[in-house]
Order: sequence, then structure tokens, then C-alpha cells
Amino acid sequence: MLKLVRLSKSYVPGKPVLTGIDLEIAARGITAVIGPSGTGKSTLIRCINRLVEPTSGAIEFEGSDLARLSGRGLRHARRHIGMVFQEYNLVERLSVMENLLSGRLGYVSAWRAWRRRFPDEDVRAALDLLDVVGLAGFADRRADALSGGQRQRVGIARAVMQGPRLLLADEPTSSLDPRTSVEIMQLLADVARSRGIPVLVNMHDVELAKRFADRIVGMSGGRIVFDGPPASLTDDVLASIYGGEDWLH
Amino acid sequence: MASPAAIREAPAWHRFTPGQRLARFAITLAIVAAIVASIRSIEVIPEFLVDAPEQMADLLMRMWPPDWSHYPSTVHEALMETIHIASLGTLLALVMALPVGVLAAHNLVPSTPVNLAAKLVLVSSRSVNSLVWALLFVGIFGPGALAGTLAIAFRSIGFVGKLFGEALEEAQPGPIEALTAAGAPWVSRMTFGYWPQVKPAFWSIALFRWDINVRESAVLGLVGAGGIGMALDAAMNLFQWDRVAVILVAIFAIVVVAEIVVTQVRQRVI
Repeated sequence: MLKLVRLSKSYVPGKPVLTGIDLEIAARGITAVIGPSGTGKSTLIRCINRLVEPTSGAIEFEGSDLARLSGRGLRHARRHIGMVFQEYNLVERLSVMENLLSGRLGYVSAWRAWRRRFPDEDVRAALDLLDVVGLAGFADRRADALSGGQRQRVGIARAVMQGPRLLLADEPTSSLDPRTSVEIMQLLADVARSRGIPVLVNMHDVELAKRFADRIVGMSGGRIVFDGPPASLTDDVLASIYGGEDWLH
Repeated sequence: MASPAAIREAPAWHRFTPGQRLARFAITLAIVAAIVASIRSIEVIPEFLVDAPEQMADLLMRMWPPDWSHYPSTVHEALMETIHIASLGTLLALVMALPVGVLAAHNLVPSTPVNLAAKLVLVSSRSVNSLVWALLFVGIFGPGALAGTLAIAFRSIGFVGKLFGEALEEAQPGPIEALTAAGAPWVSRMTFGYWPQVKPAFWSIALFRWDINVRESAVLGLVGAGGIGMALDAAMNLFQWDRVAVILVAIFAIVVVAEIVVTQVRQRVI
């Protein structure tokens, strides 16, 4: 499915944020990346669809190395990777429907998109998805009129509109209150399971990660220091990921 | 009550350091020197200064009462031409300024040489006054409204392009990132990501420039570039002060109307 081989990234030469990451993601299930702030979780997720340029290493996805793609090839590969963001990243002044349809921009010509002439099946899919994420009837609302939780629902729906074969989520619940966080994670998990899309999500809420993930990857200092099922995430492991242990009690 | 010891120990506090005080004194001195120097250089002739109120009163007497019969015969047509010059000139400027503004925005075109070249175009457009542009185009196309329209357009490119480029640079990168992640091509990122974000700024700039252009096109006629300024020039040369008065009132009225239109449209569009 997705395989990272010795992936490294340094924003400043000589100061690597990611050091030789090897990671393989199975064709289904939720993989949560946890770790202290500034340890490169976000950089890791963003390297996969090249929002951040990796310094070295390979990103094997569906038989090609994303790290070597450029131009049209990269755009076409990105269409198959949906992404959900911490700050939702909706186009605030566009309607919910337009935001959902923007997930199809990789497939629809710029001219048709400008005139909002999206294929009927895209519009139908968008309406169905709005139903799924609990925003039926919100199609013509402007994105900036929504609450945080509602915006993230639109964010998830937009990513799913791409018809992705992998979903990336970069701290999708960090801007939300605890209850909404759980609801959003539940939605992400349901949508991904029902469509058979694997999810790679980074989060700093360990409890939330244990509750929803099938597999947990712990990062510290730009390296993977733990990889296993949530059940094996003991206090000792958490201490090795986050350092110290006073905070555990 | 503070004890004497506390008073003695209170550290001295001054708003400025001695260096700052010296600098402030130097700046004040420089400003005063500059004012004195400029008054000396413009060579005020005291006799004319004393005479001014009398001359002004004389001029106003000649203007009063305005002869409204001039309005339908000569002024109206010139006034309409002025509005056409301003509107068409603004429209042309918008069309030409959009691509230059895009090229000037570093987040859209991440190439410093291209940004600088675009900014050079914008600065050169702005550094030349509309009257000078008008003189230039009168020389090329001969006197008339065409020269005025082009003068307005070329002067406005710099203004519109600069402000539009800045609006683009202030656009939130997050939504653009999301569209990039969805595999959207460049043009779609522009139309779906940037345009909705800068649309209010764009219309605001366009309206503001049209408002300025209505006022500017009123004087372009003084150098033969069409519009009501030409009628004003003719009337002044013929010492028809009652006609001059009508023209001045007409210019004032059209500026007020432009102001009202802009305010109304802005409220509705933005």
C-alpha cells in the first residue's frame, strides 16, 4: 500500500527533523502517529503527499515512488491521497458544496471547475457525503458560517470526495473540544472502514489514539521508537516516547 | 506613606535617553529649517498676497450667477465623456493589472526576478502622473478621449496591480495547501483557492480606483485629452467665468455622485 523507505527531512542542513523513517501502512485500518510536539509527526504526514519536500528516501505508493514524481505525475498521484487538516483549510468564502467539489479539482478541467460545471455524479456524491457526515441541508451554507466541528466534517467529506486510496489526517481534532474530537474521530473511522480506506493520522491525544487506532506508531526525536497495537502501549513505552514519567501519574 | 529611604532609593526614570533627546531635537531643528527654506524658495510676493482676497472676490463676482444655458449645449456632453473616460480607463486597467499583480505576488510566482520585473512595471506606471501620461498619449494619438482613456488606464495599472498583488500575498495558505493536496492544477488553485479570498479586496480596489479616476479624468482635458477639462480650459481661455462656474458645479456634482455610487455598490458587493 504505502511504504516509506529511509525517509529523511532536514529544513536546515545538518538538523534533521526526520531521520531514516521506515514505515509500511497496510491496506486498511487506522494508524495513529503519536509523539511529543516538534518531533516531526506533521512533517512525516506532509512528506507523503509532498506538501513538504523530503530530503531523501522513497515513498512507495501504488507501485510508484512519490518522491520522484513532479508536475502532472505528482498531481495525479495526489488525487488518490485525501488529506484532513488541523485548521480544516476550507475556502472560507465558498459554500459547503463548493468546498466538497474542490476535492474533485484534480479530475475536472479548470475551465469546467471555474464555471462550476461539475459532473452530475460528483454533485450526487457530494450530497450523499453531506448526509453521511451529518450535514444534510448545509450545501449552500458558506464555510465561514460553520462551527469548528462542522468545518472538520466538511474537511473529511472533501477528502473523501477525491475517492482516495489513502487518507492522511494532520492533527484533525487538535482545534476541537473533547466531545467534538471523539465525534470527529468516530466519523473518520466510520467513513474509512465503510469504504475500505486506510488512514494515517497524527495526534497528540494518546487516549484518543488508543481508542480509535488499530496500530500506534510512537515517534521521538525524528525516529520511530514504538510500533504496535494500542494494547501494548504501556506506561514504560509512553515514558520512552515522551520522556520522563512523573506526568503519567 | 513612603519613608524617606524609599524616596531616596526610587530610581530616576526618564521617558527618553539623552541620545534619544538629542535625536528628537535634531529632527525638530531639521523640520523648522526645511519649512524656512521652502518658504524662501517659493518666493512669496507680498503685494500679491495682500491683493489675493480682492482678486478672489472679483473672480467670484464674475462667476455669479452661473449661466446654466451652457449646460445642455456644451457641458453635458463633456461631462458624459469624462465618465466614459474614467470607466473605460478603469476597466482597461483592471484587465492589464490582474496578470501583473499575479506576477508580483511571491506566493503565486515564487521567482524573485519575475516579482521584481512586475513590481518595476507597477512602479513605473505609478511614478508618472496621469497628466504626463495624457501628454504622452495626446502626442501619439492626437487630442481627444482616446488619449485620456489610455492615460487613466496606464496610471491605474500601478495602483490596482500593487494593491491586488498585496491582497494575493495576504491570502491564507491553508486552503491552497488543501487544494494542492487534492491534486488541483495551478489554474484551479487560482480560481478556487485564491480568487474567493481576494475577491472582496479586488472589487474594493476597482471601485476605489474608479472613484479616483472620475476626479482625475476631469482635469485631463487641460492637456487636450478629452472630457470636461477641455470645456473648462476653453471657457477659461475665453474668460467666460459664468460658464466656468457651471463646469465647476458639474465636476463637483459628478464627484459626489461617484462617491455615493461607490459606497452603495461596496455595501452590496462586499
